[in-house]
Amino acid sequence: MRRKTLIDIVLALLMICVLAVAGCGRKEAQPDTEAQEKISGTIVCAGSTAMQPLVEEAADKFMARNPNVQITVQGGGSGTGLSQVSQGACDIGMSDIFAEEKEGIDASQLVDHKVIVQAFAVVAHPEVGVDSLTKKQLQEIFTGKITNWKEVGGRNQKIFLVNRAKGSGTRATFKKYVLDGMEETKGDVEQDSSGTVHKIVSETPGAISYLGIAYLNDKVKAIKIDGAAPTEEEIASGKYPFWSYGHMYTEGEPSKVEQSFIDYILSDEIQQGLVKEMYYFPVTGMQVERRP
Amino acid sequence: MPWLNRNFRRELKGYALTFTCALIAIMLTAAIITFLSWKGLSVFYVHKVSLTNIFSVDWWPDRPPEAGGPQVGILTFMFGSVVTSILAALVSAPFGVTVAVFMAEISPRLGQRVLQPVIELLAGIPSVVYGYIGLSILVPFIRNNLGGTGFSLLAGVLVLAVMILPTIASVSTDALRALPRSLKEAAFALGATRWQAIRMVLLPTARAGILMGVILGLARAFGEALAVQMVIGNKREIPHSILDPLITLTSGITMDMGNTVQGSLWNDTLWFMATILLVISFFFILVIRMLGRKGAVR
Repeated sequence: MRRKTLIDIVLALLMICVLAVAGCGRKEAQPDTEAQEKISGTIVCAGSTAMQPLVEEAADKFMARNPNVQITVQGGGSGTGLSQVSQGACDIGMSDIFAEEKEGIDASQLVDHKVIVQAFAVVAHPEVGVDSLTKKQLQEIFTGKITNWKEVGGRNQKIFLVNRAKGSGTRATFKKYVLDGMEETKGDVEQDSSGTVHKIVSETPGAISYLGIAYLNDKVKAIKIDGAAPTEEEIASGKYPFWSYGHMYTEGEPSKVEQSFIDYILSDEIQQGLVKEMYYFPVTGMQVERRP
Repeated sequence: MPWLNRNFRRELKGYALTFTCALIAIMLTAAIITFLSWKGLSVFYVHKVSLTNIFSVDWWPDRPPEAGGPQVGILTFMFGSVVTSILAALVSAPFGVTVAVFMAEISPRLGQRVLQPVIELLAGIPSVVYGYIGLSILVPFIRNNLGGTGFSLLAGVLVLAVMILPTIASVSTDALRALPRSLKEAAFALGATRWQAIRMVLLPTARAGILMGVILGLARAFGEALAVQMVIGNKREIPHSILDPLITLTSGITMDMGNTVQGSLWNDTLWFMATILLVISFFFILVIRMLGRKGAVR
């Protein structure tokens, strides 16, 4: 008798699973008729892992203020964000680079909202003996022409080149704005995650790579580019080249709820508060503008 | 009507349950294989990539056509995966089998009380922990004592060897324990020492099961991405020594998947790499099944 009930239960559970899978379609935003003046709906953001923590925090604050709004923030990388928003699999695609720069994306279908500025820094092992490099020296290091730190005024130490993942937003930005489009050498190692890159650079003698400035600390040495450091003034004035916009792409014009979320991130409260706290820079203060 | 009696209905229910579960498992496998091949083979029927392009060592998926691109040769990745996992299995198998012999034959009590929990614990450690320990300890150790950059084939092999040890050990132990007692007793009766009995009777008889353990370990090593990615350096080049960095299929896929756009050549090449991964795994399983059957007949 007992065994029979058990089998019945398992069968019932199986049926429920099958039904649940079958019924799991895409949930549409449900307008709340009772609160017309309040905004409501659901937003799914996906893409750039560099933007993810900021957008998550901003989404929490936004949801606390607008209880009828449900925002989900996922990572996945800039490429994933762009392709998902193009396919309608998410509402907002977060990307470190312009959609026009990504092969396979029809940028004309997407509307760009630049919400933050993300700065990166060239970093090296603390004992290389160099504080600043020119753009030309960096180009020669990353294309493999310079292989020892003494050639750029540092210690006699072989350069250990840590490339970021080919195709990542950070590497694309580095290649475009620091290397002026030159093709990098294969280098010594290639690594995707910022945490791992930081660990490798801090522990490997002679290592050089680049990181988002949130990862800077005294275990790695930030190298100035042409004497400019990644500070708010030098980025805003265009002196420091190694930065990119954080984009939020929508497919076509944003809906009301998407627009108000994007407006919220662009508001002074977030731009001057959360953005700076989390080591990004406000997009509103930029004196230079970049186009794809 | 006889077929409506209680026992028969109960039987029917059990039959329906097991049949449904088996069907779901089969359908899942079939669906994964179909999906992977459909996505992976699109490099040929959508992007019209030639076989000589894809089975080469030139990896420049982002090069514009005027610079001779895009080139999506995956041979470097395949070589990396095969070499790392086979070497890891070769390193780990002797250890695993020795542990199994100790647990099943030499000291079953100590084996069961101490060694078994330790091995199970080893199996339960998440792969990212192995990778992190490898990155923090193994890589600097190799760099300081053996030379090179530390990020190397050797580091990957050692991390994987530890990871697959529990698989090989526990499957081999089961294989040895499943042998009939009479085998060992017969060997002793013929005057064999314990070592002779193990080496000449028990191990050869349990060969199929031990091989199964090794291939399961090999498959796990082959599919492992995270731990390997952290220590092998991911340089897209065929290594010349065990101290050189290299890249595997799995780490290539995880590094690029999020950064590429679905439907682009680059992304579809990653799917093709996943398909190749599946095909090679099938091949391993097939080979070992044949070996196992051969061993069982003798």
